[in-house]
Amino acid sequence: MTTAEMLELDRLRDEVAQWRARFDAAKKRNTLFANSGDVVEPLYTALDVAGDASMLEVPGEFPFTRGIHPTGYRGKLWTMRQFAGFGTAPETNARYKYLLAQGQTGLSVAFDFPTLMGYDSDHPRSEGEVGKCGVAISSLADMETLFDGIPLDKVSVSMTINGPAVILFAFYVAAAEKQGVEVSELRGTIQNDILKEYMAQHAWVYPIEPALRLIVDNFEWSAREVPLWNTVSISGYHIREAGATAVQELAFTLADGFTYVERGIARGLDVDDFAPRLSFFWDIHNDFFEEIAKLRAARRIWARHMKERFGAKDVRSLIMRFHSQTAGVTLTAQQPMNNVVRVAYQAMAAVLGGTQSLHTNSMDETLALPTEQAVEVALRTQQVLAYETGVPNVSDPLGGSYYVEALTDKLEAEAEALFEKIAEVGGVVRGLETGWLQRQISESSSRQQWEIEQHRRTIVGVNDFVTEEGALTIPLLKVSADAERYQLARMAKMRAARDDSVVKPRLDALRAAAKTDENLMPLILDCARAYCTLYEIRAAMEEVFGAYREPVFF
Amino acid sequence: MRPIRVLVAKPGLDGHDRGAKVVAAALRDAGMEVIYTGLHQTPEMIATAAIHEDVDVVGLSILSGAHMTLIPRVLDLLRADGRDDILVTGGGIIPREDMDALESRGTGRLFGPGTPTSDLVDYIREWFEAHEAQTA
Repeated sequence: MTTAEMLELDRLRDEVAQWRARFDAAKKRNTLFANSGDVVEPLYTALDVAGDASMLEVPGEFPFTRGIHPTGYRGKLWTMRQFAGFGTAPETNARYKYLLAQGQTGLSVAFDFPTLMGYDSDHPRSEGEVGKCGVAISSLADMETLFDGIPLDKVSVSMTINGPAVILFAFYVAAAEKQGVEVSELRGTIQNDILKEYMAQHAWVYPIEPALRLIVDNFEWSAREVPLWNTVSISGYHIREAGATAVQELAFTLADGFTYVERGIARGLDVDDFAPRLSFFWDIHNDFFEEIAKLRAARRIWARHMKERFGAKDVRSLIMRFHSQTAGVTLTAQQPMNNVVRVAYQAMAAVLGGTQSLHTNSMDETLALPTEQAVEVALRTQQVLAYETGVPNVSDPLGGSYYVEALTDKLEAEAEALFEKIAEVGGVVRGLETGWLQRQISESSSRQQWEIEQHRRTIVGVNDFVTEEGALTIPLLKVSADAERYQLARMAKMRAARDDSVVKPRLDALRAAAKTDENLMPLILDCARAYCTLYEIRAAMEEVFGAYREPVFF
Repeated sequence: MRPIRVLVAKPGLDGHDRGAKVVAAALRDAGMEVIYTGLHQTPEMIATAAIHEDVDVVGLSILSGAHMTLIPRVLDLLRADGRDDILVTGGGIIPREDMDALESRGTGRLFGPGTPTSDLVDYIREWFEAHEAQTA
């Protein structure tokens, strides 16, 4: 800094001190709560960012605070990717075709709870749950129907599946083979982030260690066979929805990411062989600037750790690509039309934070799965943002904002402090086994509920600006009870049609390999091709791996 | 008066336990004895736990849409064991018309998103006082 610049800062320091005296003396409202409960200063100035190196950054350059592409959204807009799935494969296939016809640019599969947990639709534990929260997929046959008429070499597909992720991925690869698509051309993502399942979302199958082995098996296999596929979408979304603050979401998610990288390296893989295919998934909550700063800090932390701690050389290992979804937990059942506005602000924060793809929630999602009309408004929200607001014209338009830069630095520093705490409790895996991580999230969730009930945090329509609740003003989707019956008939037909003489040997081969160090992906794929069902494949490995037991507390 | 015993349970495959845990903690803070089952419970596991733990109230949390299958089954299992004196209440993502159908089938009140925990505490206390007066 030159002497002249230092004198300017001294002058500013005097002015800020005078402003502060006037501010402190003035009468003020007493309701300033940031979402993470942190105190936010009423004014940020050049003093807050003096000497901040990121002020001198450009997008597309390390450490990528300002974005991963030199072209920002001028090169390519974000992918508008609405998460969808309900009922059976034919119904969801029709919804996908509708969404693509409306200008959606990628697909995202929501599975029902039995599928998420690795149960077939005709398993006794699935009764009453088939097709309720997503689409039921129990074998390759269902996956073929799900993408019937949708060319898998043209459309990128994201699948939210974790505990049994590798099995559903094998169904998908086998379905692509059946379409005659080159598997090496497949583009898309499986969420496959098992650590955050133990932490927050709870759709687990196996204990932690064998689950991590399957993830690394998939790193190894995919790097060779499906090099454009994102093998894990390291997800903060569910951690935040379960109650974490923005800083906890940031730190716990990145710590999960570092754990996968450590496991890949421990297998003997070169970090640059698998790290380029790791992507992230963030929750975009209500606190507008905090969310933007969170995304900027996330990119910077990932790049620094990948380079300095893990020795990655390939720039694709350093850049954090991510999907964002507006925060479901911020939607209210009361005055549901207000949710359209919440979603629009959150979507704008995601774009100002430089997201690569975006799901905007529908206004009716605290009440039921969304109607086609509600989904259309949600998609239009993105289109208005993309084509009418001018927001995507400039890369990182808030870069250089005293507030946003200071907040980015603060979130980074707080995340680093949390990484140290996680190390003190023995790392992510140990922190999950002891429940330490889950407790941190629970405590935050309880605090937020208390703040709402104490009116320290205002939720419009819920604890303030409340109207007498009349009849609900928006229509709701009803998933027909026929879905379960219809799916059971599909299952029976598939079981009767398949060649049973192939099914058992393939499952036996998988079970045998699970006892060794062999990479299980090719064996799971062979099972998928033979129309072994989801639960059959799950059970074959479960006989070797056992099942996960959660630490129960509240 | 003796403390009210409550079993907070998560039926089915639904993994959303934020609400259940917040409710369990709020009921405990209100002086009730609370047992939490953990996730992925079958109706049989819940009914058995309710009877073994000799609770007054079962609070079911369900956000997966499977409420019309799972909640009546818990009611039926308790009835089959002669324990229809236990209040079965709960909440989650349950459309109003389904809540009405379940309430007419014998559950207590069901609650939706945004309900203050104090409403649940008040409801359970009032039910308990009326129930104790009736059985005394």
